[in-house]
Amino acid sequence: MDSATSERAAVPSTARPSLASTADNGLKIVIVGGFGVGKTTMVRSVSEIRPLNTEETMTRAGEGIDELADLDGLRRKTSTTVAFDFGRISLDARSVLYLFGAPGQERFWFLWDRLFSGTLGAVVLVDTRRLADSWYAIDRLEHHGTPFIVACNDFGGPVHTEEQIREALDISPDVPLVECDARDRSSSKYVLITLVEYLHGLSARRLAEAAGAAAPETAVEAGS
Amino acid sequence: MSRPGRDDSPDRLYTLTQGRSRSDTDTFDLVTLVVAESDPSPGMQSEHAAILRMCRSPTAVVEIAAELGLPGSIVRIMLADLLDTGRISARHPRTERAADRLPDPDILEQVLVGLRNL
Ligand SMILES: Nc1nc2c(ncn2[C@@H]2O[C@H](COP(=O)(O)OP(=O)(O)O)[C@@H](O)[C@H]2O)c(=O)[nH]1
Ligand SMILES: [Mg+2]
Repeated sequence: MDSATSERAAVPSTARPSLASTADNGLKIVIVGGFGVGKTTMVRSVSEIRPLNTEETMTRAGEGIDELADLDGLRRKTSTTVAFDFGRISLDARSVLYLFGAPGQERFWFLWDRLFSGTLGAVVLVDTRRLADSWYAIDRLEHHGTPFIVACNDFGGPVHTEEQIREALDISPDVPLVECDARDRSSSKYVLITLVEYLHGLSARRLAEAAGAAAPETAVEAGS
Repeated sequence: MSRPGRDDSPDRLYTLTQGRSRSDTDTFDLVTLVVAESDPSPGMQSEHAAILRMCRSPTAVVEIAAELGLPGSIVRIMLADLLDTGRISARHPRTERAADRLPDPDILEQVLVGLRNL
């Protein structure tokens, strides 16, 4: 595959397949949910690499201000560390989609805002036995205007109707709600496709609205 | 795989970054793709050399961090140094957007094609 593999052997890992040399556009989707809800499982189901784990450190003082007060924070041990995992899907010669599995608990969110800025959208993964675990994540996504869908991971719990789940989560009727089995590749793939189709619809509608508002009577040149 | 960074004392991280703490590391997104522009040279700091080897093909910042077992914030400082000295180039995401903007429909169509081909 890659002529440079002999050197690569010095790096202790994973036989991580290389990206195409033409790859130049990284995209992000975040899968967010409570502990044990199946985030890592879903990443693994669709990723072309074994999910990798990494961490970010950040001082609370550095929130959005000095990007790297980190190092001082580390020395003074005042920084907070958050771990997350990720996988990737090469979409075509240029675009690579990274999937991040992110814990949804309140104490992590000061990091998500920064880490996942520019994300296409989010999948809120829920276990219907513990719906309240996702309330905070949904609040934050709505607050930030990050579009999301809800995927109910099937743990064989009691069956709820769609109305019951929508009501418990208090999500708007146009937010897609799907069932899935995160262990199953095609099911997880369907969740991602549902998200991106939803984003596509939102984006097309907003473009049309913007065009209508900007120039109701004349043609508008294609967007930026 | 063990949790990365566990053995990294602040002093080791301080050495890796030569005590620098920088504000221009913001240019590196988690999914910025890094490409080596030169081979490692003898005597180079081993983490820098590892980055150059790893980035013979494009490699995302977050993959570099995972592979080195170092926090992203530290990796970004090392990448800023390598960028300053012309040893790497950076391919930034094209979809960076304001919080309330959505990517263009044509970008999303490409994503859909890629996902359906999975
Ligand atoms: N029954 C069932 N178990 C699942 C499903 N998805 C994940 N699991 C199991 O739930 C456990 C937690 O999953 P994990 O992906 O580690 O959760 P995370 O904490 O959100 O990353 C693992 O033992 C998985 O095998 C699912 O769809 N159905
Ligand atoms: Mg997990």
